[in-house]
Amino acid sequence: MLALGQDEIAKYPFLADAGQYLKEQGFTLEQFGTDPDLAPLIEKAYNRIHAACEGDPQSYKSDIIENQVSNTAALPREVFSFLLSIVLLKLTGIPTLAKRFALSEAMRAESYLEKDLKNISNGSNELPIRIIEDLFSITIKKHDDFFVMPISDYIKHSVYFHEREWKLINRHVENGQVFLTPHQTVRLVRKELGTYITSKILTGKKPSMIPGFEKFVNNLLSYSKKFSVSVVSTGEYPPCIKHAIEVLEKGENLPHSGRFMLATFLLSKGQSVDQIAPLFKNAPDYNERVTIYQLNHLAGTSGSGTQYSCPSCEKLRTQSLCFAIPECDNIITPLQFGKRTK
Amino acid sequence: MNEHDVKFLEDSFKKYYFEHFDQIHVPKKTSEREFGYQKFNSGMIRHISIKDDKELHLLLMKNVPSDVYCSNAYYSFPNLPMNEKEWKEADMIFDIDSKDLHLDCRMSHTVSICGNCKTISEYSNQCKNCGSAKLDKKSLPCKNCIEGSKNEVNKLSEILIDDLGVDKNNISVYFSGNEGFHVYVYDSQFQNLGSRERSELADYILFKGVIPETFGMKKFKPERSLFPDLSEKGWRGRFSKEVFKTKTKRPKVVTELISAGYSQFQKYLETLSNQIGVRIDPNVTIDIHRIFRLPGSLNSKSGLTKLYCKNISRFEPYSEASLLSDEKVEVLAQCPVEFKLKNRKFGPYNNEVISVPTFAAVYMICKNLATVSQNVK
Repeated sequence: MLALGQDEIAKYPFLADAGQYLKEQGFTLEQFGTDPDLAPLIEKAYNRIHAACEGDPQSYKSDIIENQVSNTAALPREVFSFLLSIVLLKLTGIPTLAKRFALSEAMRAESYLEKDLKNISNGSNELPIRIIEDLFSITIKKHDDFFVMPISDYIKHSVYFHEREWKLINRHVENGQVFLTPHQTVRLVRKELGTYITSKILTGKKPSMIPGFEKFVNNLLSYSKKFSVSVVSTGEYPPCIKHAIEVLEKGENLPHSGRFMLATFLLSKGQSVDQIAPLFKNAPDYNERVTIYQLNHLAGTSGSGTQYSCPSCEKLRTQSLCFAIPECDNIITPLQFGKRTK
Repeated sequence: MNEHDVKFLEDSFKKYYFEHFDQIHVPKKTSEREFGYQKFNSGMIRHISIKDDKELHLLLMKNVPSDVYCSNAYYSFPNLPMNEKEWKEADMIFDIDSKDLHLDCRMSHTVSICGNCKTISEYSNQCKNCGSAKLDKKSLPCKNCIEGSKNEVNKLSEILIDDLGVDKNNISVYFSGNEGFHVYVYDSQFQNLGSRERSELADYILFKGVIPETFGMKKFKPERSLFPDLSEKGWRGRFSKEVFKTKTKRPKVVTELISAGYSQFQKYLETLSNQIGVRIDPNVTIDIHRIFRLPGSLNSKSGLTKLYCKNISRFEPYSEASLLSDEKVEVLAQCPVEFKLKNRKFGPYNNEVISVPTFAAVYMICKNLATVSQNVK
């Protein structure tokens, strides 16, 4: 576990050992449910989750102002609200809420991490560098205005990006190292940061209900219905498409290439943008307006007018999106699945 | 290939292996490698474990393979089926083949063998005898091809050392035994990278997937100062040397590039990829389960040895890697182009019985351009 300073624990609360922190502060979880002085903290935690799931983190009133905790009393409030959010999410047990919360927290941490990286000096081994090393196994060093890391570490993360600017050829590479700005450095680990926070929420056993928490858990349970998706599987979909739908149903992140495959497949099968859009409702970064825009773009009803076609099985294999079964024999695109020539 | 030719080749290969055990060694970490071999007119036998040189030499003598292979990957259980081997890591290997360089000389030393009537002729796309378009092309590479491949090896070495930070001592270059080179990189930071990650490295070396912004060209309001300088390292430096040539010409060329526009610049980069990118075969580099021809073994496409090159610039593959005997043998040859081995010229031969050294006879038989003459009698 990393040794954390006052501000740092508030900015990166997921690094703290929750049980240990509460113990050090002299509290038990039960006190938060029963002590009227502590009760507002559960409400703060509830708001933190709500803001995250709404995709509107600004609506959560953080006690961190300009990269620093506003006052001494604010520090525990900020940390407690995070720890209590995790307890509430565990008690609620809805993966979609956990994933949306984790993504939002990852993005919040990302902005602090970027600011902190900008402020460190050459050759130092400060917390942001240690976070990236400990959590993501990337060894980075400050070099003037840049951060350098071994090419192999860079590629292991960059291969998951689809934008061409992340290709190694488009980076400053020298003597086995890649040079990145603080923004690029942090962006490189965003996905893993989200995964790390999700694992903090989902691992470990679900605690039994704590008196005083019920109201918030019930509120979250009814709120989560907003994200439920009812998908009727016809049984005619090829395994790659079924898998993509399952991933979305679980509220897990489907990579861009998977979303592209699913959308183009369903469009080719004659479904409308309005029929397809709700499928993505569970994605951790769902935004209705953006989803509709992108689906229209793929359908060719906006943008250049090009109608995008479903990728070939070969391409899906290289993208690790293929889950072939014997019935897939000899097809070259998922659209051919189930069609037999006599 | 007929049985007499197979017997002749097997005898010649066996003699080579018997006399050149000193050339053929198992690679480091032998017990973690997968070996494989092929016999003439037969399929591949792989998933084999070999303990040491002695066991390898025994395999060569017992089976007289046409080709011997060894994995670049290290496994916990190399002799089990692929999905049970437990892949650990793999050396990085680059394949540079003169056929991928599309040199002007290529047609002049490539022969066509008709798949239908077996007629052998100089390079053509249609059989002169039966008109079939099913033609097998066999190249007898020339000095120019080898020089072109050597140039690519040098370009690759520069990128490996300067950009990718590979220690010069961890790079080994081998003549493939036919018309190219295999470049091995050992003990680098890339050992445990998977196929997808290696594909990124291949694209870097090929100069593929590049965007105009990397070289300073923006879609809107491009700035002259963002274009690279000749003194820069990596691809920006190499781009500058290729495109600007000199420091004084830079301003003029930058003006031209900006006025041509973003899309034109993108197209230009794609063209440039063929000039400054290294012509490696990406499929080889990204394959982490492949078995590669074992250094010191013979290549059944030519009868030449896959040989370590101490000094690439001085290396003469068609004399140094031709290690079969000089003993004369009679063959019926139909070889419409001339070739040079061990500093001696051979051909062209027009369906004639000739007496040539074993190394030349093997070379032609391996390329289906001759047959041992006793077959004909």
